Formats: sequence, structure tokens, C-alpha cells
Amino acid sequence: MSKSFERFYNGVIKENPTFVLMLGMCPTLAVTTSVSNAIGMGLSTTAVLMFSNLIISAMRNIIPDRVRIPAFIVIVASLVTVVQLLMQGYTPEIYKSLGIYIPLIVVNCIILGRAESYASKNSPIPSFFDGLGMGIGFTLALSCIGFVRELLGGGTILKGVLPIDKYPNGIVAIPEAYRISIFVLAPGAFFVLALLSALQNYFKAPSATNTSKSSESGCGSCSACSGNTNVKEEIKEEIKNSGEDK
Amino acid sequence: MAKLTLLLISAALVNNVVLSRFLGLCPFLGVSKKTETSVGMGAAVIFVITLSSMAASLIYAHILVPLKLEYLQTIVFILVIAALVQFVEMVLKKNMPSLYEALGVYLPLITTNCAVLGVALDNVAKEHSFLQSLVYGIGTAGGFALAIVLLSGVREKIESNDIPHTVSGMPIVLITAGLMAIAFTGFSGLI
Repeated sequence: MSKSFERFYNGVIKENPTFVLMLGMCPTLAVTTSVSNAIGMGLSTTAVLMFSNLIISAMRNIIPDRVRIPAFIVIVASLVTVVQLLMQGYTPEIYKSLGIYIPLIVVNCIILGRAESYASKNSPIPSFFDGLGMGIGFTLALSCIGFVRELLGGGTILKGVLPIDKYPNGIVAIPEAYRISIFVLAPGAFFVLALLSALQNYFKAPSATNTSKSSESGCGSCSACSGNTNVKEEIKEEIKNSGEDK
Repeated sequence: MAKLTLLLISAALVNNVVLSRFLGLCPFLGVSKKTETSVGMGAAVIFVITLSSMAASLIYAHILVPLKLEYLQTIVFILVIAALVQFVEMVLKKNMPSLYEALGVYLPLITTNCAVLGVALDNVAKEHSFLQSLVYGIGTAGGFALAIVLLSGVREKIESNDIPHTVSGMPIVLITAGLMAIAFTGFSGLI
């Protein structure tokens, strides 16, 4: 039990996928125009992450080492399809506003990264909680960014999250004339993330991007994209090996 | 013809894949440190997206739709892309070693580039014909290459400047990307 909790804490705080590991940047920037979108994206990613970790960990002794990456991708893609169909059926509005980013959960690097670095080496229960922790950490981070962008750009707080009959437009905090609409547009996403990452630099918080040498940090996020450098190298070797086989 | 040109321009400039839709952000931020490498990455992406959008469009129209298996599109597309990337790498290695040398390192990384899967899914969602899918793929990939080469040019200049410690590294790159995104919104008047 304590180990499961430790995995959960690790995912939410110590190795927060967005703020510390800088993984999965594409959905982070794309769907954080409002808190409701951010929560929708976060929770669907959490669901996929939990079950992909669980399944991959349960099958880790069956899947041959050479073909593990393609096998992981197929498992993740199947889960994403399940989530996509469920969302289409039960939450059509969120499904519509997230659009293409739901199927793109397949290529979210957090999922393949966790599968490779944790689930493929540990037993199912801790892996499940590792996925849960990472997913909740991702959801919280997205919600934070979404909160800032929604407040500054749209002037509302928690629109679509609070009960609709009481607050149809959320809590209107900023009157229309004073809203900075660029924050809900594409450039605003870059600026908010730049600000967050600058704050991390300033407070010297641990993050993939503020290693001592700043000039190398750009590649930190690159390698972060598919989990970590090792994953990429391994994928590359994988592809080479199987190429040579034939 | 006019329609296809419009589609090309809108995919490349107006709805730029990185700067307004945030697909393929990881290579955009990661491989844009030097102009040379970013040109290599851009070329590799153009190559793969063009091929994969054609392949995905054909497979969707001639295999998935007749068999009523449209809901399997995500799984099928990701596998097609992964297989295609590997196939392209093998063919290049055998027949065009010089091109392989130039693109080699970047090819395997493209499988995890969400722009590739994004284009394939977009083509289905927007009900593009085969020709439209091809043009849309070329346009999107061209937009990606343009954005990454431009950013790398700016970053090379930034390297030699005196930047406050707080924003050095990632933040200044993100701010640059944000300013580029503002500039690209100017293209929305084009069509």
C-alpha cells in the first residue's frame, strides 16, 4: 500500500510530467484554452495511462524484448480507441471541443515513456498507481495552465465546470473590455508556458529544462518527447535490429 | 486547381501545424538549435508526411470503409506510419545512401511526431479525396519545415546574445515561438 501511495505522490509532485519532466507538450499547449477542456484531456489521458501501465506490466514477461515498442503502441492505441468511443457516447461536447487531440493521445510521450521506464520493469499494482499518479499530475498541471489562460483571455473562472444552471458562463471575473484575448489564441499558450518555465528557472525548481547548462536545455524537451533519450535510442536500435533481421 | 492551391496555402501558412495547432512541438523545440539539423528534420518530415498521408488515405478509402472498420483508424494509422518509416529507412539505406546519411538520424524520431498522425486523421475528418490528402500533407509538412528553419535561424542569433538568466534556455525559445505565432496569425488574411 505504501509503495502505491509513493508512486502516486511521485507522479503528482516529485516527477510531475508537465512541470518537471516536460513531457507531452503538444496537448499541454493545445487544449488548455479553458479548465473544462484541460480536465477532459487530463482525465482521458489518465484513464489510458492507468490501463496501459496495468496491461503492459501484466504482459511484460510475455512480450519479447525486440518487439516491445510496437506492442506497447498497439496496446495504447486500442485503449485510446476505447476512450474515444466512450467519450463520443457519453460526453459529446468535450469530445467535440477536443477533436483531433483525443486520438493523438496515442503519440503522447508520457504514456510510452512510463510504459518503457516503469511498467515494463515493475509489477502491475505499483504500475497502475504510477499511471494514476502521472495522470493526475498531468491533469492538475493542465488545469493550472488552463485556469490562467481562461481567466486572462476569456475573463471567466471555471466555465463549464461549475453547475451550468447556476453559472452558465462560470464566474465572470474580468469584464469584456479588459480581456487579453491573445491568451486563448495560439501565441498565448507559448507565453504562459514560457512564463512558467521562467519561474522555474528563477526559483531553481527541478525541471528538465533548467539543468546547469541552459544551452542544452532545448534538447531536454526534445528527448523528453518520446519519454527520454534512452527510449529514443532504444527505438532506433529496435528498428535497426528488426531491419537487419530481414 | 485553384481550390488545391488554397488548400496548400491554408495548410502551410494560415493554419500552420506547429504555430497554430501545436502538433509536432517536440521536434520543433528540440531539434531547432542549429539551422543544419533543422533543415534535415524539415526535409525528413516533408518526405514522411507526404508518403504517409497518401498511404493512410488509400488504406482508409479502400480497406477500412468497405469493411466498415472506420473506428480502427487510430490503430491502423499509427501502425502504417511506423511501418512506413521503417520501410523508407530501409529503402533509402539500400538505394540512396547519401540521402539516408542526411536524413538517417531523424527518420526513426518521426514515428512519435504527432504531426504525422495528425495529418492522417485530419484528412479523414475533413473527408479529403486522395489528391486533396496529398496536397494537404505537402502543405502541412512544408509549414512545419518553414517554422522549424525560421526558429533555428533566430535561435542561432540568440545564442550569442546576453539573456537574463531567468529566461535563458527554454523560456526564451518559447517566447520566440510565441512571437512567431503572432506573426503567422497575420497570414489569416490570405484566404
